[in-house]
Amino acid sequence: MSHKKTNGSLAGSLLCVAAIYLGATAFAMADEDHGRRAAQVINNPLYQQECAACHTAYPPGMLPAASWGRIMRNLDQHFGRDASLEPEAVAALSQYLAQNAGTSRRVQTAPPEDRITRSDWFIREHREISPSTWLRAGIKTAANCAACHTTADKGNFDEDFVRIPKR
Amino acid sequence: MANKLKHTIHLTALVAIFAVMPALAGDTTPAAQLAQWETTAGQRGDPTRGQTFFTQKHGKAWSCASCHGAPPSKTGEHADTGKRIKPLAPAYNDTAFTKLAKTEKWFRRNCQDVVGRECNAAEKADVLSYLIGVK
Repeated sequence: MSHKKTNGSLAGSLLCVAAIYLGATAFAMADEDHGRRAAQVINNPLYQQECAACHTAYPPGMLPAASWGRIMRNLDQHFGRDASLEPEAVAALSQYLAQNAGTSRRVQTAPPEDRITRSDWFIREHREISPSTWLRAGIKTAANCAACHTTADKGNFDEDFVRIPKR
Repeated sequence: MANKLKHTIHLTALVAIFAVMPALAGDTTPAAQLAQWETTAGQRGDPTRGQTFFTQKHGKAWSCASCHGAPPSKTGEHADTGKRIKPLAPAYNDTAFTKLAKTEKWFRRNCQDVVGRECNAAEKADVLSYLIGVK
């Protein structure tokens, strides 16, 4: 619980700094949700090691705790792949995800199949991306955050760091 | 006498460094793992058989090469997510096959995805003998 509060205040501080830096206070306030998610740094080495070996280290705040719970209980059938881990690792990662799961209004409802990419907010944020763009060789799938979000590995999804591959 | 003591201290320090090194770098080597599987299987790893196993599909959507590439001397790419994967051939990645638990974990999971079951020691020996031969 205290961890969440720390995250919140950290995000708040970052937002304030960003607002002053950009001189665009109104924009920063309107984009508050975006800023909070962008500021969730992944500082868990086990999460990086085990989860980010196959995909972007998705910020825990992008899914509600219920979704993470289902995902962690079914790692042997992880979106069609076997991602099973030792029980100790499963327990530690489950705890980390539960503690850092999304609680904001737009994340609290579990998306279909617990897929981040099927969340309403995800679809809304990416509404300008055409179906053919997703299929480019340099992107392949909406799960490949880092294809366009160049700082995704640092938990930063800010639009300023987006570079969409041309092919 | 002082010199001898100094020498002993240096030697102790060296021994201490080497004692810690395996823990940092890993707890095994590709050659040691190959030997282990060959012993369990009761036969030598066959690089040609390993290459076939690695590059062909086994009734499922993916082969090993789908993500690791063939030969796996370059950075691979996860077939689902596009995540970059370090080269699997030990000659191109000095951390490949240097941790027992890591090797076991990935063989267990990836064989389920590629073959639909765990791989046996003979298959692992074949594949690793192929990978060690990729120069």
